Amino acid sequence: MLVTGLATDWGGRLARALESHPQVEAIIGIDSAEPRVELERTEFVKVSNRHSLLARILRAAEIDTVVDVRLAVNSVTMPPAEAHENNVIGTMSILAACQEADSVRRLIFKSSAHYYGSEQDDPAFFAEDMRRPHRPRTRLERDIVEAEAAVAEFADTTPRVSVAVARCANVLGPGLDTGFTRLFALPLVPMILGFDPRLQFVHRDDVVRALEFLTLADLEGTYNVAADGVLALSEVISLLGKRPAPVVPPVGTGLLASALRLMGVRIPDELVNLLRFGRGLDNRKLKAAGFTYTHTSREAVQRLGEHLRLDPVRRGLEPAYTYEREVEEFLRWSPYVRRERRGPREGVEADHEPLGI
Amino acid sequence: MASDRTPLGGTVEAADEAEGAPGTDVALPEEPEARRALMPAIEPERLVNDWGRSERVENAIDRTLYEFFYRYWFRVEVEGIENVPDHGGALLVSNHAGALPPDAAMIAKALRDEHPVSRRLYITVEHFFKGYPGFSMLVPKVGGVAAHPANVHRLLYDEGECVLVFPEGRKGTEKLFKDRYKLRRFGRGGFVQAAMRAEVPLVPIALVGAEEAMPVFAQVGLLRRLTGLIYFPITPTFPWLGPLGILGFLPAKFRIRFLEPIDTVALGGREAADDRALVQTVAQEIRARIQENLHDMLAERRSVWFG
Repeated sequence: MLVTGLATDWGGRLARALESHPQVEAIIGIDSAEPRVELERTEFVKVSNRHSLLARILRAAEIDTVVDVRLAVNSVTMPPAEAHENNVIGTMSILAACQEADSVRRLIFKSSAHYYGSEQDDPAFFAEDMRRPHRPRTRLERDIVEAEAAVAEFADTTPRVSVAVARCANVLGPGLDTGFTRLFALPLVPMILGFDPRLQFVHRDDVVRALEFLTLADLEGTYNVAADGVLALSEVISLLGKRPAPVVPPVGTGLLASALRLMGVRIPDELVNLLRFGRGLDNRKLKAAGFTYTHTSREAVQRLGEHLRLDPVRRGLEPAYTYEREVEEFLRWSPYVRRERRGPREGVEADHEPLGI
Repeated sequence: MASDRTPLGGTVEAADEAEGAPGTDVALPEEPEARRALMPAIEPERLVNDWGRSERVENAIDRTLYEFFYRYWFRVEVEGIENVPDHGGALLVSNHAGALPPDAAMIAKALRDEHPVSRRLYITVEHFFKGYPGFSMLVPKVGGVAAHPANVHRLLYDEGECVLVFPEGRKGTEKLFKDRYKLRRFGRGGFVQAAMRAEVPLVPIALVGAEEAMPVFAQVGLLRRLTGLIYFPITPTFPWLGPLGILGFLPAKFRIRFLEPIDTVALGGREAADDRALVQTVAQEIRARIQENLHDMLAERRSVWFG
């Protein structure tokens, strides 16, 4: 099993979750940066997006399942050029590598609800078979749509590989850095005057669980990953215990967004429309497949609220774990280290309930 | 209804027990009960539902503005309310008039106050409302839903709610006073299709009074383009009293008549929903029935103001 984007939040957590399943023989994680979580038996290979290298890894390890969670879905953490490189070129190389390596049977691709966009004439709940009514407006959305199109084409032309796509709603989770968490961390949350969009979120743990579920349950097709409940932005703000600031005028929003950016408040391009029209997803397909969510949208917002209140208290404390490659390798490979195989990890808090698969 | 929805939490079942066979694409079940079981869990603490409808805002407006207009201003009289079923989905179809139409709110209030089980109503509105600041905030809070076929289907079939449509759409509210009570074209019959797909009854409504409550004397194309509004009507109070003049309703007497429901299952239900000819015929028939009832009600009416 190969997990791409091991250094991303999902990648690390998903690999850790997969480690607990004995039927997963080997887990190989790739990324161009070092992973950030403690991994027990996942092999990390530092590799760029070159497809020839990827194909060699796939063939050498006889990988049958590729879980691709490397897609960048917000523009706050990655500069646009890099995001384009990662989202479009990166996806192409992984698909090409999967095509070349005959051992690959399954591909799980993490996508984003940005695929649907956010427009005036949207349905209130996007189902998996719906498409955005207009062309994407921002670069990030364009890249995500392009990446998904490439995956869909790959699924059509390569019947040997069964493809599952997870379209995730806006993810919230403690410590997660996205456009929304940055906005919600402000003392006054900016709103567009005269608009109270419907927004849907999903808790970070549920995203990891859903990816784990899709990986192990052998499902095909596209699945929305979004928690129960679509909240109004005003409701979200009151759940967080913040005050709304309806300061952004409805006309010239883009202009003001740039002015705010100079002041240090950044409204990412892909959120400008969301803050106006909002978006809801129909999450029933994944539930029909047997998945259950642990958090509703409301609970995800509440968890974030608790985290935000604690944050100033916790700041400055040492992080519990930092990845040091040399130490990890020593611990894993040195003959002098006494190892207890597959024991429960001590001192490491479990992220979530393990799946009963 | 909260009881038959999925409880939260719990763990994931074993993959073998999941409905999806290996390597297959899962589809939503067809039966409404099974679909309803997958609906989002209801959180009683929330004051806003998934459609953005806010009980708090709705009650506040209902007790003040709607109450005033319903009881004292328009003095609404209702007949045939029993034609709206007590439970399950129903698609209500009405004629439409007034630059800022008061008819939708009055029908909603009638269902809330006069119906034996006090049904709540979702009102389909055009997409452009979502783009107007202010309206975009308020319309969903009081039960407005964008007139997207997927929205209507979810409400009727999966949630079993009452939905009101105005098949005349913008053509109805644009029409001038001289054309009052002349029904416009009923679109392409999309509403009939929606009801047949969801297999819910169609309840036609004839409503008298809205045309006189806000007579539109002219439409000014130039001003419409300048202001960016969907239309720029000249009414007795608009634009003379400024933007609030759009709320200047005259105290016409309202009568709402709910007509015999049309059973869409008997028409062939879901299988027949794509039969264009049938859909058109039913749409024409409903239009004719509403028009006929309007004539009947107008003939009985002695005064525009006192009924």
